[in-house]
Amino acid sequence: MAKITLEKLRHSYLSNPSEAMDWALKELNIDWSDGGAYALLGPSGCGKTTLLNIISGLLTPSEGRIRFDGRDVTGLAPVERNIAQVFQFPVIYDTMTVYDNLAFPLRNRGVEPARVDQRVREIARLLELDDMLSKRAAGLTADGKQKISMGRGLVRDDVNVIMFDEPLTVIDPHLKWKLRSKIKELHQRVRATMIYVTHDQTEALTFADQVVVMREGEVVQIGTPVELFERPAHTFVGHFIGSPGMNVLPCELRDGATFVGDCHVPLAGPVGNGLAAAKLELGVRPEFVHFAEKGIPAQVVRTVDTGRYRVVETRAGGVRVYVFCTDDDVIPEGSTHLAFDPARTGLYADSWLVAG
Amino acid sequence: MNKTQNQRAWLFVAPVLALVAFNALIPLMTVVNYSVQETFGNNIFFWQGVGWFEDLLRSDRFQAALARQLVFTAIILTIEIPLGVAIALTMPRKGPWVSVCLVLMALPLLIPWNVVGAMWNIFALPEVGLLGKAINSLGIDYNMTRQPMAAWFTVILMDVWHWTSLVVLLAYAGLIAIPDAYYQAAKIDGAKPWAVFRHIQLPKMKQVLTIAILLRFIDSFMIYTEVFVLTGGGPGNSTTFLSIDLVKVALGQFDLGPAAAMSLIYFIMTLLASWVFYTVMTRNDAR
Repeated sequence: MAKITLEKLRHSYLSNPSEAMDWALKELNIDWSDGGAYALLGPSGCGKTTLLNIISGLLTPSEGRIRFDGRDVTGLAPVERNIAQVFQFPVIYDTMTVYDNLAFPLRNRGVEPARVDQRVREIARLLELDDMLSKRAAGLTADGKQKISMGRGLVRDDVNVIMFDEPLTVIDPHLKWKLRSKIKELHQRVRATMIYVTHDQTEALTFADQVVVMREGEVVQIGTPVELFERPAHTFVGHFIGSPGMNVLPCELRDGATFVGDCHVPLAGPVGNGLAAAKLELGVRPEFVHFAEKGIPAQVVRTVDTGRYRVVETRAGGVRVYVFCTDDDVIPEGSTHLAFDPARTGLYADSWLVAG
Repeated sequence: MNKTQNQRAWLFVAPVLALVAFNALIPLMTVVNYSVQETFGNNIFFWQGVGWFEDLLRSDRFQAALARQLVFTAIILTIEIPLGVAIALTMPRKGPWVSVCLVLMALPLLIPWNVVGAMWNIFALPEVGLLGKAINSLGIDYNMTRQPMAAWFTVILMDVWHWTSLVVLLAYAGLIAIPDAYYQAAKIDGAKPWAVFRHIQLPKMKQVLTIAILLRFIDSFMIYTEVFVLTGGGPGNSTTFLSIDLVKVALGQFDLGPAAAMSLIYFIMTLLASWVFYTVMTRNDAR
């Protein structure tokens, strides 16, 4: 198990990157502590798989260092880094039995047979694969195969980090939840550092202690699931996490107070200076918007019942604003007004959180 | 559940049935007809029963041709399949060289079979051919028109040159279909190159290799044109394989009955061997 440090890491797939767009990964500085569960979350093409491959050593970064427990591993091959990776599609050795699949990484490293046997049986029990050890791996279902992929990482007890690259992509929906809980349970049992790459917010938020949200090769925010939900550092995080995501409304600053149209919207914190040139927006999650007598004028467009709560779509000054209502709330018809919870409303300058 | 009977479907398969009938079934039945009769021309036939088959299976000539055929097929399969896989493994998977390699590999397959035979005939002539002269200048006495060993060597070399490409192309197709993740996982698992070949590449190539072996088996069993042009079955009968012998009997001697019986035996052997191959090689997948 190891602490992972990324220092000024940058990567480009081009030989001569010149502009910002050429970088698949823009400068990254991250510290991941030993035994933590981390998720890399972002849309397709945001650089999360690139980052994962750099950590595993399948890709050498254009610039910067990677350290495991302070030791520079930037130039080391995957096998020397002692990491494990679970891929999007289950990778198994078709001709081998489940047992041989699990034993393969140990045998390749010359571990003595008695120890191999002990580890394989231990991990098989952990993964609930012990009654199919003598079966051919090719005959298993997708989730069984993905468990084998995982097991091949877990059998090595000295593994530095276990990485998951969207491991639930090919798993049936009703098994996804089971396997996800299994991964979480494994983390609590073996306490290995785990990095989980996904574009699915539910997977990221349920698995990780810390979520790294990425966009266009950049880390937008690192935080606990609660932090990402309550204080998105960027409007992208607000949009990406939550369903529907955060409402974003254009606003203006007048004498240090925020206005949407002619309506003053109070914030909890003070607003700094020097924001005049920036594009200003207010961000507030649908959970913290409610209907009021006074406030921002809005039109109710429609209501969708999701079961647990009702999502009301409204329009305020040409912008769509979602409001969450419980069954007890009275939903007005036609024209109404919206009020935001000041403590949960943020001010964003050029999409980055500046106050609130 | 009521199943709707749609007799019109027969209309749609009728053309294919007609095609197969004229193409395969009717000629085959003609052959069956010939194989049980004796004729001296003038469309007069005498019932012969299974006599031709008995004679043939007992004849030294047929047994010798069959033995030569089996040895030949065994030799070219043991050379072409591993060689083809080896070449496919060394071919690049990305970049501009891919198309260069593919074109080079496809070239022998594009040459008409009689031209291949003629090319190798000239190539191997001891006096003027590049190959023949080169071997002789090394101090080895080599003359494929007189020495059976030299003739065999040339025929096998020609077949390897002509057909290994097919194995290469099939194996290559199998190789590039393997997702990168397998190689990455193998790297992480610390697998050595041999283990990667043994546990990833070979199993993933199994399907295409089955087809390659089947095709090469059937084709080599039917080999005629190239050998006919190159050696004409000689010197002596040393390179007279089954189909060369068959043509000699049917067209050279016009013994239609024995030739028909021989064709049928030949056909059944090919069919049987292909079935055995296929069953053995796909046996594990069914489980």
